[in-house]
Amino acid sequence: MTSLVLLDFEGSEIKQPSRSAVAAALKLGEVHVLVAGHGIDAAATAASQLAGVTKVHKADSPVYDHSLAEPLADLLVSMAGHHDHLLAASTATGKNVMPRVAALLDVQPISDIAEVIDADTFIRPIYAGNAMATVKSSDAKKVITVRAASFDPVEATGGSAVIEDVAATAASTMSKFVSAELSKSERPELTAARIVVSGGRGMQNGDNFKLIDPIADKLGAAVGASRAAVDAGFVPNDYQVGQTGKIVAPDLYVAIGISGAIQHLAGMKDSKVIVAINKDEDAPIFQVADYGLVQDLFTALPELKAELEKA
Amino acid sequence: MKILVPVKRVVDYNVKVRVKADGTGVETSGVKMSMNPFDEISIEEAVRLKEKGVATEVIAVSMGVAACAETIRTALAMGADRGILVESAVELQPLAVAKLMKALVDKEQPQLVILGKQAIDDDMNATGQMLAALLGWPQGTFASKIEISGDGISVTREIDGGLETLALTLPAIVTSDLRLNEPRYASLPNIMKARKKPIETMKPEDLGVDPTPRLTLVSVAEPPKRQAGKKVGSVAELVSKLRTEAKVI
Repeated sequence: MTSLVLLDFEGSEIKQPSRSAVAAALKLGEVHVLVAGHGIDAAATAASQLAGVTKVHKADSPVYDHSLAEPLADLLVSMAGHHDHLLAASTATGKNVMPRVAALLDVQPISDIAEVIDADTFIRPIYAGNAMATVKSSDAKKVITVRAASFDPVEATGGSAVIEDVAATAASTMSKFVSAELSKSERPELTAARIVVSGGRGMQNGDNFKLIDPIADKLGAAVGASRAAVDAGFVPNDYQVGQTGKIVAPDLYVAIGISGAIQHLAGMKDSKVIVAINKDEDAPIFQVADYGLVQDLFTALPELKAELEKA
Repeated sequence: MKILVPVKRVVDYNVKVRVKADGTGVETSGVKMSMNPFDEISIEEAVRLKEKGVATEVIAVSMGVAACAETIRTALAMGADRGILVESAVELQPLAVAKLMKALVDKEQPQLVILGKQAIDDDMNATGQMLAALLGWPQGTFASKIEISGDGISVTREIDGGLETLALTLPAIVTSDLRLNEPRYASLPNIMKARKKPIETMKPEDLGVDPTPRLTLVSVAEPPKRQAGKKVGSVAELVSKLRTEAKVI
């Protein structure tokens, strides 16, 4: 049995969620990966060094620039004959492409798996992570997206896979990339950070998020936010942690001025240690926090900054 | 232009769901149900396109038990023109829904189908993409802004690092993200008017679709519980605990 994992990459770096998807695929048997894009030699080389991967399929064509769903799905379908499991991380690209692949193959996709039981059986969260469903697929091929936070990523080095070129499929005339507007950040990526510091509605405005910045910098942390903070326009929406935003599971998650709605908890409750700072001692966030501090964040944050600078 | 909008009846997003003691599923009897929040956004967008004169008719579709008619009524009260209920006793998974929707698209010939990006019960995030595949149409998923001009549609999408804009040819599939719009409340007069709008009922067989689920639910369990934490008295105590006890900083 061979699995094929579609990788997300940037330059010569295979993104961490994709390395987690490879880890999930290794539980199923032999793993091949697919890198698709234009001018992707560096990414293909990086993919060949992923621990455990035996073959890299490289589809180098302008058709795959910007990871449009239509041509990528056609490419994956063209390769499906040789693979029993087709996987990708539950990133914006994985979620966009894989269900399209599944429908073209006439199979029901299995979204956001958190555990592999056997080749047909998987555990996945439902109802915003308030229940874990064990599901068994009766389809001949399995099309799967992987919840990155649930699998330790494979090492980026140590592998020595062969690289093989794959013929590109025809360009799609239905969809065209126009432009992208990416948020600039020098901090670690939210889904890959070891520490995440998030602010919620309690931050009151976007300027106050600057109070979090020195703390995040001191800790080498990524900054996140609740949906309330995003909807209020305090921070861009790619900061959002939750059922409809990003799912994170860092070593330390610090929730500041976040009440802890079900939707938010779904995105962070697998963090190893959770700290909550909130002036409302009845906030639901305290029910999942390992350490809770009932204090106004506007006095707590400057104190926290000072305390971290001490040692 | 005709727009088709599928809407799903789900456990209300404010309900804290309970896993059944025998592990066969989640308790849904006697629980408040409502329209999937992402579908409200889709209906709102379709109705706004109608108000702008871009769309001529908005059709709300729901699939599942007979009670899904209530969800269609809500969509009609928000401004949809008519409803279609596909009644099925069998659980409909995204593949079956996509196939049923394809059959309806073939019949109704809309130029645009707007779906929610995911349903908050199964959290699959798949139906829109699957429908696009079955129809051979382009897809604009996780949309936070759409603009229709002539025979094309521009879709701004929420991606991991920010936003991207795509140009798609029509007909097309769009799935709505939270920030596409703020859905309106149905006013009482509109709720009354919605009672008179037609809902056509059919069965999966009428559309020539086999709805048999491909995924079998083996069991449902509670997620692992977190150990109860403790409150600390000061920032200094917090930092010292994180350093010496939890050893995470």
